[in-house]
Amino acid sequence: MLEVIVFSTLNGLLYGLLLFMLSSGLTLIFSMMGVLNFAHASFYMLGAYFAYALGLHIGFWPALFLAPLLVAVLGAVVERFGLRRVHENGHVAELLFTFGLAYVIDETVHLLWGSIPVSYSAPEALRAPLFSLFGTDYSIYRGVTMMIAILMFVALWFLLKKTRVGLMIRAALTHGAMVGHLGHNVPRLFMGVFAFGCGLAALAGVIGGPLLSTEPGMAQSLGPVVFVVVVVGGMGSLSGAFYASLLIGLVQTFFVALDVSIGDLLNGLGFAVDPYGEVTGITLASIAPMTPFILLVLILIFRPRGLMGELEP
Amino acid sequence: MLEVKDLHAYYGKSHILNGVDLSIGEGEVVSLLGRNGVGRSTTVKAIMGEVPPRGSIRFRGEQIAGLPNHRIARKGLGYVPESRDVFPTLTVRENLELGVKNTRRPGKWKVPQFLDMFPNLARRADAPAGVLSGGEKQMLTISRTLMGDPALIMIDEPTEGLAPLIVKQIGELIAEIAAAGVSILLVEQKLSIAMDISHRVLVMGHGRIVFEGTPAALRGDQTVRGEWLEV
Ligand SMILES: Nc1ncnc2c1ncn2[C@@H]1O[C@H](COP(=O)(O)OP(=O)(O)OP(=O)(O)O)[C@@H](O)[C@H]1O
Ligand SMILES: [Mg+2]
Repeated sequence: MLEVIVFSTLNGLLYGLLLFMLSSGLTLIFSMMGVLNFAHASFYMLGAYFAYALGLHIGFWPALFLAPLLVAVLGAVVERFGLRRVHENGHVAELLFTFGLAYVIDETVHLLWGSIPVSYSAPEALRAPLFSLFGTDYSIYRGVTMMIAILMFVALWFLLKKTRVGLMIRAALTHGAMVGHLGHNVPRLFMGVFAFGCGLAALAGVIGGPLLSTEPGMAQSLGPVVFVVVVVGGMGSLSGAFYASLLIGLVQTFFVALDVSIGDLLNGLGFAVDPYGEVTGITLASIAPMTPFILLVLILIFRPRGLMGELEP
Repeated sequence: MLEVKDLHAYYGKSHILNGVDLSIGEGEVVSLLGRNGVGRSTTVKAIMGEVPPRGSIRFRGEQIAGLPNHRIARKGLGYVPESRDVFPTLTVRENLELGVKNTRRPGKWKVPQFLDMFPNLARRADAPAGVLSGGEKQMLTISRTLMGDPALIMIDEPTEGLAPLIVKQIGELIAEIAAAGVSILLVEQKLSIAMDISHRVLVMGHGRIVFEGTPAALRGDQTVRGEWLEV
């Protein structure tokens, strides 16, 4: 039991941090530019595939750094020559644009790398155990990815709170036009934030690819969860996205790990039901993928502004 | 310094500015007066490109009509909108610092100067600007724009809805700006603090300038005041 708790906590945290890498970019882009970027998870997938493809030639580590950079550049190009033009025609046009873009990226990945998973994995040496607890190994790779995720988080915090660019970004979150009136190039700032958000998503793909699976469906399977994180955290709230990421990461991981059925739970609460019945026999593990969406529905009913969202839109 | 000729602007289909002509000279203080809804704010917004302008807007000889606002600002044109947009999550000090356009070339206005001038801002220097009162926000937004060292500053209704004591303070700030040689376009509703320091007064009505003259001339002109200013 203790073993399950320790490892689920570690894995849940890691998954949560990966979610935050995606949701932080998404929420920044949304609150600065008003763009709900449906293609965000596709940039995550591109990160994984770029790292895989580059890794074949230049090795795992260089690819780990280069892939997010490439995706960030791609993001900048998409913003500069796509979104910025579409922007003039309003938010619906933007939404449709990113929607279309997601399909274009997904289909391109299909075409280039096929529809089955590619063998993107961490180098042999990293798969060795970092430590063993109760006879279960925790790989070095997981430790390293956790480190990268935490470093990324600290860097993001530093960027936003301690630098002048961060000051401009935080100012533009509430009054974009005013930042421009003061002589700062807001369109360029948007492009930078969009690129940075895409790069972060790609980094999540780069380090998450070997842990989860690098396959053409990875954007579609994670994308909705990232949206849930943003809504549950409160649209536009970075700290909200952080807590929601960890919450969903932990809940999902624990549900998977706990070998219990609904019936077991009810029995534990004093109801006498058949633990193997049609409904009561459903295991928590099989509900796990649904948990983010249950949370989404509950939040929208009981706390529509999300965990940390502002009251006004 | 600023020369606007035959400026038109629209909100959708409604024609708001109907050929505005105005000019402001080096170091000059000009007030733009008029009743509610005549298009005074739209005029300054069109100059900054916040509303798409049609016509000619020259600043220091250069055509700026339709440029992105940051390019206009960097040419030395400062703008304080009537919405008093402080950045609420940034501290007062950070708000002021963001007014600087280029940290390697700081201008003549400095943060401590404004904190000395406004003890209320000094007391809250490290608090989020969102907690400031309306008057404090106004002092902050004007100071913040000055941090960018504008050659001309356009201030939209700085005293609207503020207590007389605050209005007086803002009047002093505006006098100080003028004394520093910065040109001012002051948008106001009535004959106000503006009158004492303005070199010239413009009155707007129905999307164009209907009177231009000295404050004294306006005071003496019952017809213009009756028709375009007083209710
Ligand atoms: N965003 C907008 N959309 C449509 N019409 C607008 C908009 N903003 C202003 N108007 C209209 O344009 C006209 C001029 O507005 P403007 O803000 O320039 O007035 P003003 O002279 O500054 O007066 P005040 O600030 O006292 O309202 C008004 O009739 C107003 O109703
Ligand atoms: Mg106005």
